[in-house]
Amino acid sequence: MSGATQTVPRRAIALVSGGLDSMLAVKVMQDQGIEVEGVNFYTGFCVEGHTHAIREKDKDRDKRNNALWVAERLGIKLHIIDISEEYKDVVLNPKHGYGAHMNPCLDCKIFMVGKANLMLNKARELAADKGFDFVITGEVVGQRPKSQRKETLPMIARESGAEDRLLRPLCAHNLPETLPEREGWVDRSRLHGFHGRNRKPQMALAEHFGLDDYAQPAGGCCFLTNETYSKKLVDLWQARDKRDYEMDDIMLLKVGRHLRPRPHFKLIVSREHGENNFLEGYRYQFTSIHSVSHNGPLALIDGPLEGLEDEELAAAIVARYTQGRNDSEVTLEIRSPDGVCRQVTVAPLAASAILPAWHVGEA
Amino acid sequence: MSERQHLDARRLLCPMPVIKTQNRIAELLAGTELEVLCTDPGVLHDIPAWCRVNGHEVVDSGRRGNEIYVLIRVQHG
Repeated sequence: MSGATQTVPRRAIALVSGGLDSMLAVKVMQDQGIEVEGVNFYTGFCVEGHTHAIREKDKDRDKRNNALWVAERLGIKLHIIDISEEYKDVVLNPKHGYGAHMNPCLDCKIFMVGKANLMLNKARELAADKGFDFVITGEVVGQRPKSQRKETLPMIARESGAEDRLLRPLCAHNLPETLPEREGWVDRSRLHGFHGRNRKPQMALAEHFGLDDYAQPAGGCCFLTNETYSKKLVDLWQARDKRDYEMDDIMLLKVGRHLRPRPHFKLIVSREHGENNFLEGYRYQFTSIHSVSHNGPLALIDGPLEGLEDEELAAAIVARYTQGRNDSEVTLEIRSPDGVCRQVTVAPLAASAILPAWHVGEA
Repeated sequence: MSERQHLDARRLLCPMPVIKTQNRIAELLAGTELEVLCTDPGVLHDIPAWCRVNGHEVVDSGRRGNEIYVLIRVQHG
């Protein structure tokens, strides 16, 4: 008898965003015989899905979920986890602050790696030999100004609780050895030392693996990295005098034209048929306005209309976006969430009367 | 054969119908059929993709008026 024990295949849990880097990180591990399962976190701010589903102009766009597509391409299982409620605290109180806009990238990464680490620990408790041994991400040193710097990568490992069970296969050579490398589960010499914003090494590696179709690089998948969206979110907080949000709020920030003619109310005016349908679903939560005399958009009112003057102003703005914009009068119906309706006839506001400052996020 | 189960994921936008489907299937026994009712057409891509990735069978899918259904047979044991 040789006394040799059967080798237990080592297993990793990978943060899969759907972008190229996490895809490559998984591929590098699979290449070393590591079994990988993916996890994708839904924060509520994810770009894919929603807007493509809402807007007509995006109808012909590929509606695939990139994380699922990547998982299928790599032959790995994928767990999609809704973290939108817990994620509020990351957005509202980021310990490490925001990036260029309202993107709490460093706290976000710490949070997500921490969640993956909890899954790893839980799986190990439940089934020791079927659990996960370590976490991998597609992070690259120096690639992102806030979260992927030389000094922040160890911070993520530490603050997430993953410590040296967090391996970044694409830039491992720039970082201290991790447990999977020390234990020999992973061959460090076959990991990479990518750094900086140059994407050529990733593209070359993709070509090496025969991957010729992949989504845009990471960063473009979160609405919080978008300047206009971030301004709309801040406007919402300012108007309500409270830093908080509900899921409906952050969904509605993705839809329509947002105009705030008065500090206490804003209009969300649909831009096309798909958005109209989407906003229809909110008529039981918000006061809404639509034209009954001309074709035109549906608008939701977020905030109270205080008196006739507000009502007429809101109606005149909505009239501006109807086909009656050049007519002398447009009749609109103002509907309360409880279904009570009243009609008003107004002169559409002149284009010049819609002040640039009213356009939330664009001024 | 167990009774067909139903999941209402109408008015949810992807990936929420997928997440609801995933969480529901985790509670079901192999062989159970689950019909998911949705309004986001993205589910016609995403739920079958999720099923392929996680080893479940899509028995049927299609549109009924403005709604979309996906019928899944749970495969794990």
